Amino acid sequence: MELFWYIAIGIVLTVFFVLDGYDFGAGIIHLFFAKTEKDKEVITKSAGLFWDSNEVWLVAAGGMLFMAFPTFYASVFSGFYLPLIIVLWLIIFRAIGLEFRGQFKYDMWKAIWDKSFGLSSLLLALFFGIALGNIVRGVNLGSVENGVSVHEEHYFFLPLWNSSFSPLTDHPGVIDWFTIIIGVIAVVTLAIHGANWIILKTNSSINLKLKGVIFKLNIVLAVLTVFSLYVWQLVNPTSLDNFIHKPYLMVFPIIYLIGVIGLFFIKKIKKDGHAFMLSTLIIVGGITSSLASLFPVILPSINNVNGHLTIYNTSASTYGLSVAMIWGIIGFSLLLVYFIVQKRLTAGKIDHMDYGH
Amino acid sequence: MEDMLFYDRLQFAFTITFHYIFPQLTMGLSLMIVYFKWKFLKTKIEKYNNAAKFFMKIFAINFTMGVVTGIPMEFQFGTNWAKFSELTGGIIGQTLAMEGMFSFFLESSFLALFIFGEKLMGQKLHFLTGFLVFLGSWASGWFILATNAWMQHPVGYEILDNGKYVLENFSALFTNPWLLPAFLHNQMASVVTSAFVMASIGAFYILRDKHSEYGHLFLKTGVIFGLISSVLVAFPTGDWNAKNVAKYQPGTFAAMEGIFETEEAGAEIVLIGQPNMVEKKLDNKIAVPNILSFLTYQEWHRQIPGMDQFKKEDLPDNIPALYYSYHIMVGLGTIFIAVMALALFFLWRKKLYTIKSLLWTIMFLVPFPYIANITGWYTAELGRQPYLVYGLLRTSDGVSPTVSSGNTLFTLLGFVALYLLLGLLFLILVGKTINEGPTPKPH
Repeated sequence: MELFWYIAIGIVLTVFFVLDGYDFGAGIIHLFFAKTEKDKEVITKSAGLFWDSNEVWLVAAGGMLFMAFPTFYASVFSGFYLPLIIVLWLIIFRAIGLEFRGQFKYDMWKAIWDKSFGLSSLLLALFFGIALGNIVRGVNLGSVENGVSVHEEHYFFLPLWNSSFSPLTDHPGVIDWFTIIIGVIAVVTLAIHGANWIILKTNSSINLKLKGVIFKLNIVLAVLTVFSLYVWQLVNPTSLDNFIHKPYLMVFPIIYLIGVIGLFFIKKIKKDGHAFMLSTLIIVGGITSSLASLFPVILPSINNVNGHLTIYNTSASTYGLSVAMIWGIIGFSLLLVYFIVQKRLTAGKIDHMDYGH
Repeated sequence: MEDMLFYDRLQFAFTITFHYIFPQLTMGLSLMIVYFKWKFLKTKIEKYNNAAKFFMKIFAINFTMGVVTGIPMEFQFGTNWAKFSELTGGIIGQTLAMEGMFSFFLESSFLALFIFGEKLMGQKLHFLTGFLVFLGSWASGWFILATNAWMQHPVGYEILDNGKYVLENFSALFTNPWLLPAFLHNQMASVVTSAFVMASIGAFYILRDKHSEYGHLFLKTGVIFGLISSVLVAFPTGDWNAKNVAKYQPGTFAAMEGIFETEEAGAEIVLIGQPNMVEKKLDNKIAVPNILSFLTYQEWHRQIPGMDQFKKEDLPDNIPALYYSYHIMVGLGTIFIAVMALALFFLWRKKLYTIKSLLWTIMFLVPFPYIANITGWYTAELGRQPYLVYGLLRTSDGVSPTVSSGNTLFTLLGFVALYLLLGLLFLILVGKTINEGPTPKPH
């Protein structure tokens, strides 16, 4: 039962990052590459039409996490208090940028919301990467000082950073050199994903140029990936064990690899949808590989006093999880229907679609 | 520790108050949009369709605000109330997750279809999407109220040795005697808000002599919906809720009604008075004897326990705030019924559109249903104190153990600044939409 909900939440979260990922990415591309008003407008629109229906997946994931793994939800949300609240603020800033830009025709007005949309997209991508970095690195569960837990064994609190910026101390902060690397990987990945989305959904004048950008970013991503594998081992020495004991889990890193390798041929790919699928594979492969390397742990402990948080020691009662599975399956089917209807309705390029208000 | 609890409560109160400005309008408005769309299907008069689309624009702005201020609500259970989430997540997580999965998805997907898909789908399907938006937003209210009902009157649970609450009976969450009255009361109150907003926009158009065809339609519809819902908020739904409080939370009932001392021969109803917590009495009291006993139990001389019958630590910790919230809500509700009844009378006499003083009154009444809705929620939430789960889990035992008060104050200040900006932009945007009016722009 725990496993069902773990997989279900994993799927919902991955869908969230694939969907909202492209509009984060569109924001990053918008910040650095959109020069003319027409391009800025159409790129904003390619995110603005979809961000709210994409973010309902985040709400769903949050709700499911709360229901199925309340101890994990309580531990992680209070332990990462500051970065989580900052993420909420950024989500609000981004939404304001997207929704308000087109309301008035003054250049200065648009310039403000362009920056708001672009910068908060960039920072959100960075923070989501940093979050993933924190999860794989682990935290000082129970806030152990000199071998004694200050809090209950599943609670902790992380400052934004500590003076050494090192993941290898007893009290790492949210931001250290390891999580920054994972954060940059997330930014690059989502920038590629967003560029693919813009090419797929719009007729912007920079579409051709973006293919070159994707190619270059993909080189950066490949280098960073190799480098991160090395530091990942330093930070979490057991991260390969699962793949050695259960070789079938290798399918996830392979998905990631297919995406990265495929995108080197971006200039030869005829169908824009195929390129978008490749960056989707990178996101899916990246998230699932990270989860698979930890499984069944969902938050490692970096001290010897308190054990890791796993899907088994943080879950709700079996009865609750079973009832929820019944409505969960109904809910999932409905989500799928909504999703397909919505995608069919907004198929094709969106340049001339009405923004709605 | 005391500081921490204070800032955690203040932050939740602030963010939920600001958040609830938006859903209360969208829930009521979705019903009225469905009404306009249905009217259009029946009569084929274009005016009704334009009205539906105009209010869907206002709905959409409010929905966006509701989404961006709603995500922090869901997260704050974990960030600021971790212990509460850990202990009760297995139960309230159910209803909250269902809210996200069933209603929020429904609402957001079909809102997009309603806005973009009219030409593509034809009128009947377009009506259906509008109806599904309504269904989604009301289902959302239902799940949130089910969550709150469990906190007000816990059912279907079992407490383990480690203090955790586990679900024992899923369907009990939805047959909770607290839920249906609270849900109906809340939904009617949200119709009051949207009816007053609609009537206010109508009055504005008439007074300004612009879009007056729509002005008449909005005012008339707003007044009719407004009177019906204002009456239903008070009776039977409000009455039903008050009886529930008297039955399940008698200490809260005494505090919100301002009964300090038990009167043997039946309780009076307080109209005006200020709680004096030092001398444990109401200053400048105006009250009518025996009415409260009659309203609550239909018995003139039924004894109702006053606050003297309860231990201080089991009574709400801010009695004056609870008392004022309740009395502001009830007082405003009475005024709404009076104004809307008067307006309906003049509508019937075909004079409403020309009585300027009444039009001005209706236009400026628009903030008050918001205040009534929010003070209503304050009554429920302050009344539940000092508990998170009534009678079982104290609020002070629910906060996050590792988050310091300095960090909470930091994020509270951030929310205040950000929401101030958000509120300003919201007003500009809604003002602009109202100013442009419902007449479709030629493309």
